[in-house]
Amino acid sequence: MIFQDLVWTIAASGIALVALVFLYIVANAGRAIDPAALSTSQRRIAGLRRGLFWVLVLVFVGASYASLHRFPIPPQHAPLDAAQVVDVQARQWSWQLSQPGQPPGAALQLTAGAPVEFRVRSDDVNHGFAIYAPNGRIAIQTQAMPGFTNKILHTFTQVGTYRVMCLEYCGLGHAPMVSSFDVAAPAGG
Amino acid sequence: MAALTLYPESERLPRGERITFNLYMISALLLFVLMMVLGVIMRMGQSLWLDVPPDLFYQVLSMHGAGMVGTMSLATTAVMWFFLRKYVRLHLWAFLANYLLFLCGALCIIGAVFVGRYAGLWTFLYPLPTHAMGMWGNGAAACFMVGYLFIGVGSLLFYLDAAAAIIGRYGNLGRAMGLQWLFGGTIDPDHPKAVVASTMVVIANSLGILAGAVVLVMYLVAIAYPEFTMNALYAKNLTYWFGHMYINATIYMGVMAVYELLARYSGRPYAISRPFLWSWAASCVFVIVVFPHHLLMDYAQPRWVAVTGQVVSYLAGFPVFLVTVWGALTNIHRSGMRWSTPSRLLILSMFGWAAGILPAILDGTIGINRVMHNTQWVPGHFHFYLLLGVLPMVLALLYHVIGSRRAAPPDSGADRLGVPVYLIGGMTFALAFLDAGHMSVARRMSSHLAEWIPNDRVGAIGASLVLLAMVYFAVRIIHGLLRAPGAESTAHAAG
Repeated sequence: MIFQDLVWTIAASGIALVALVFLYIVANAGRAIDPAALSTSQRRIAGLRRGLFWVLVLVFVGASYASLHRFPIPPQHAPLDAAQVVDVQARQWSWQLSQPGQPPGAALQLTAGAPVEFRVRSDDVNHGFAIYAPNGRIAIQTQAMPGFTNKILHTFTQVGTYRVMCLEYCGLGHAPMVSSFDVAAPAGG
Repeated sequence: MAALTLYPESERLPRGERITFNLYMISALLLFVLMMVLGVIMRMGQSLWLDVPPDLFYQVLSMHGAGMVGTMSLATTAVMWFFLRKYVRLHLWAFLANYLLFLCGALCIIGAVFVGRYAGLWTFLYPLPTHAMGMWGNGAAACFMVGYLFIGVGSLLFYLDAAAAIIGRYGNLGRAMGLQWLFGGTIDPDHPKAVVASTMVVIANSLGILAGAVVLVMYLVAIAYPEFTMNALYAKNLTYWFGHMYINATIYMGVMAVYELLARYSGRPYAISRPFLWSWAASCVFVIVVFPHHLLMDYAQPRWVAVTGQVVSYLAGFPVFLVTVWGALTNIHRSGMRWSTPSRLLILSMFGWAAGILPAILDGTIGINRVMHNTQWVPGHFHFYLLLGVLPMVLALLYHVIGSRRAAPPDSGADRLGVPVYLIGGMTFALAFLDAGHMSVARRMSSHLAEWIPNDRVGAIGASLVLLAMVYFAVRIIHGLLRAPGAESTAHAAG
């Protein structure tokens, strides 16, 4: 399942669940409960809240562990030792992608299945360096900020043409600030 | 019991207060409609149903963002003032000064955008406002910044007056928030929830506005002395510390309407409790430290800052679900609720807030943010809880106030139709954004790829429905606010 589809499914299910709870409460709000039964009902509701509290604690701990135990951002102040490296320079309103040892403007030589380190910098304002996979979904992104280098470590799993788009508004030419590169199958793959 | 009187005497608006309250709310309603028109124009442009050139699109986007955030703050400040004045002695001059400074600020911003062609967005991310590549000049950027400073100074004046009044009544801000009852003791059942919430807003939003003032003044220095430069990451942290708290404060100011009014329509007391005090104490800390979730894609940030952003984003859901929304739902559950337009809007606001923060919390996860950041997922979640959460809180109070003029909650056939039209339009609009976000549609782009356009069109239809309902609400409420308050003194018990 595509990751974004999974996130959307979780969000839509949560919104639907909240909507159902509201519909149930609203549908029953017009009927007044017998005052004698009110205290029993309130005790039950307090118990339910305690239950919900512990459910949320479990979700909090589980989601935090699952999403952080392997930190999703690579170390920024240590060498990443990737065999494939791309230097990304952003400026209003174009991308310059190059590989060490290759002449400027040469097409990137990237293969799937092995990590690629992208070193992302900006010459002027903030830009958003987003790589769109051939299926049209974002594969990975980071900010391109003047004065800083943000490093991505990504392994492409799909062969094809990837599109680079700017995801941080940077002025009049923001929308057409695009580029692209190809990812080939590994040799012998 | 005084708390269940639908229109208590303590809420009566004497002439000066009524005029000032009307100025706030009528201005806010008109601005909401105008800003929504700008929003519809953008969605129509992306849908290719309207020709919107890129330079105009980004000016409109800048105006829409700054205008909506400012207007939301203006309206919810009036909500806070309306309730807080019952418990502490606020000065009308401070409330009025905030309004006048807001107007000065709004004029500067409108001039910067539509005369100076400023299009650096409401977030004025350094150094874009001074790096426009000829699209606008530094004068327009400075005018925009000065506009923000006017609005910030007005808010601070109002908060200082509120803080002085709260301290004068309760001794210190901690006691006003009920911190003395967190670990034990008998909670004063008459301690007002509006005071707890107001104190939290005063603390958090004053810090946020000061952070914003620092970066804005540094910008003005950079404009005057171009050799002066800022650290872009430092400036971005200050900007989002300000921006996050400023917009979130509108929720905390608006929700006072729910705390104060809901029990009157359900007929069931909505008592203050220890979990309530804990939730507001915790929320005060959370809202101050959670802003790094806006910078999760700035990998140069220290790792612990990003982790703080994620973990606190998760924790921030606890008070919302376990206290405010839970409290509101249990208050109305089998209560014999008297449904009318104000009570419908109050419950709608709780739904919008509860449902809208789910995608927001997901987006606060670093791994998810890597593929959702700056896609339409982001306007999807914030429009959800602002449009369907905060704005209905404001509308609920206004419907309640115009009801007080007739001593009965308004509930005409058009009102009963307006709420579902607003809900359906708002849901369609927000869900179209969220759906687009999961399809990786970028936000803040004047033109879209062909495959993104069907989704834009669904969003444009939803936005048009919201605008339609909002025009009706604005006309209806402005007419009600301007009515002679002949029946205003009539108070009666609910239930």
